[in-house]
Amino acid sequence: MRGAEMRDWLQPHRIFLGLLGLVIVLWCATQMRWDWLPKYAPLMAEGIWRTIWLLVLSVFFGMLLAIPLGLAQAAGPWYLATPARVFCTVIRGTPLLLQIWLLYYGLGSLFPQYPWIRESDLWPILRQAWPYALLALTLSYAGYEGEVMRGAFKSVPRGQLEAARAMGMPRHKILSRIWLPQAFRAVLPTLGGETVLQMKATPLVATITVVEIYAVASRVRQDTFIIYEPLLLLALVYLCLAGAIVFLFRQIEARGPQVRRPG
Amino acid sequence: MKKTMTAALALTIGLMAGVAQAQTAVKVGIAAEAYPPFASQDASGAWVGWEVEMIGAICAAAELTCEIVPVAWDGIIPALTAGQIDAIMASMSITEERMKTIDFSDKYYNTPTVVVGAKGMEMDATPEGLTGKIIGVQVSTVHQAYVEKYFAPVAAEVKTYQTQDEANQDLVAGRVDAIQADSIALDAFLATPEGQACCEVKGTVADDPAVLGLGVGVGLRQGEEDLKAAFNKGIAAVLADGTYDKINAGYFASSIYGN
Repeated sequence: MRGAEMRDWLQPHRIFLGLLGLVIVLWCATQMRWDWLPKYAPLMAEGIWRTIWLLVLSVFFGMLLAIPLGLAQAAGPWYLATPARVFCTVIRGTPLLLQIWLLYYGLGSLFPQYPWIRESDLWPILRQAWPYALLALTLSYAGYEGEVMRGAFKSVPRGQLEAARAMGMPRHKILSRIWLPQAFRAVLPTLGGETVLQMKATPLVATITVVEIYAVASRVRQDTFIIYEPLLLLALVYLCLAGAIVFLFRQIEARGPQVRRPG
Repeated sequence: MKKTMTAALALTIGLMAGVAQAQTAVKVGIAAEAYPPFASQDASGAWVGWEVEMIGAICAAAELTCEIVPVAWDGIIPALTAGQIDAIMASMSITEERMKTIDFSDKYYNTPTVVVGAKGMEMDATPEGLTGKIIGVQVSTVHQAYVEKYFAPVAAEVKTYQTQDEANQDLVAGRVDAIQADSIALDAFLATPEGQACCEVKGTVADDPAVLGLGVGVGLRQGEEDLKAAFNKGIAAVLADGTYDKINAGYFASSIYGN
């Protein structure tokens, strides 16, 4: 059985493409300049780590914000729905780079004018760049996903919610047992794609002195005047991260039961 | 007699260079990021400043047709080696590190390097004085190299910025304690209302020609001796005929040619 599967998989075109890939990798490894790698390896590891935690935390907090944003727009009263819609429109309608700069160079430079902020225990954190980067990325993710969740909540058949209410289920239980799980499951593939997009947005924080992996690659380029090699390695790092995100979302999708829709 | 010979030689080289350069303009790369008072854009988008005027004067004296091409600072050396530009005149210091990749003309200015910090904060421009401080510098400059060599081991953190303006802004915002840069560039910043309110010069750093370089020169591709000779002739000419001093007087109280 295993052997047969293996033979099925080993089609001529796959063997050819695999060999071609191997030749390209070998050519890059032997013909290009990689002597800078040992010197910058610790910095690159730090950069990759910073990219990962910025991504994970912003997706986590962004999702926590997106659920109420979606719910407010899908079923909330007007005084919650309107602010939520305005927030999503503003975030989605302006460039992320602009938001990052507004937070860092705008909001961030207002703080030191107040001596009590400057003397407070929070100042050592507020004077750093990463809180602004994390805040901007979180708000951006929340804005996009709030809109996605609005659609997701609306896609759950109303009959189910009405049935649950008729059975006397409390409102929070309807949300946690019926509404949210189904809405979430329906948009999981979309969220996977959005998270990859979010990962590709992280290099923007390099402009406000957060030294993530993109900033490290530019640093190598600026220090050594070697251009292609750091950029190629950077592309490989992002490809691996994207692969990991796609794999993770596939696992989550495969774990739960399939959504059954009438019709 | 010797003087006449030199003049004759210079003229010949100039003519040769003139013939060689007559058809195509020499593309002089300047940093696309503003670096006042050396190079910045006015309201109409035209490039103005000490260095921009000096490019005009040196090119005229060298009998070169020059065209100013703004290039992002962090990619300006690759742009030169790739042939997108033919010369760099962007306040680039002549250093051993850069000499491995490109060549330089004679220097056309040389100014001291200073540390500027927040008023009321105890510090000076020595490793002891900057212990535990957060220092901001512009990326890929001699100042970054100097800070990494002398201050990084004792400083709390070294932050690098794409432009000097961003470093200045972060000093005003209190995110860095001190910045290190060329004294002229920082004088311009300290003259602004923001700069006046927040900061002051804390001292001049100890010289290290191996890191801080031998002044600012025209960056050129290696092996282009004709162009190098032409620029050297141009620089010598503007210094000799008083053009240099005339342009200088429009910007600074004293000559920034240095020793």
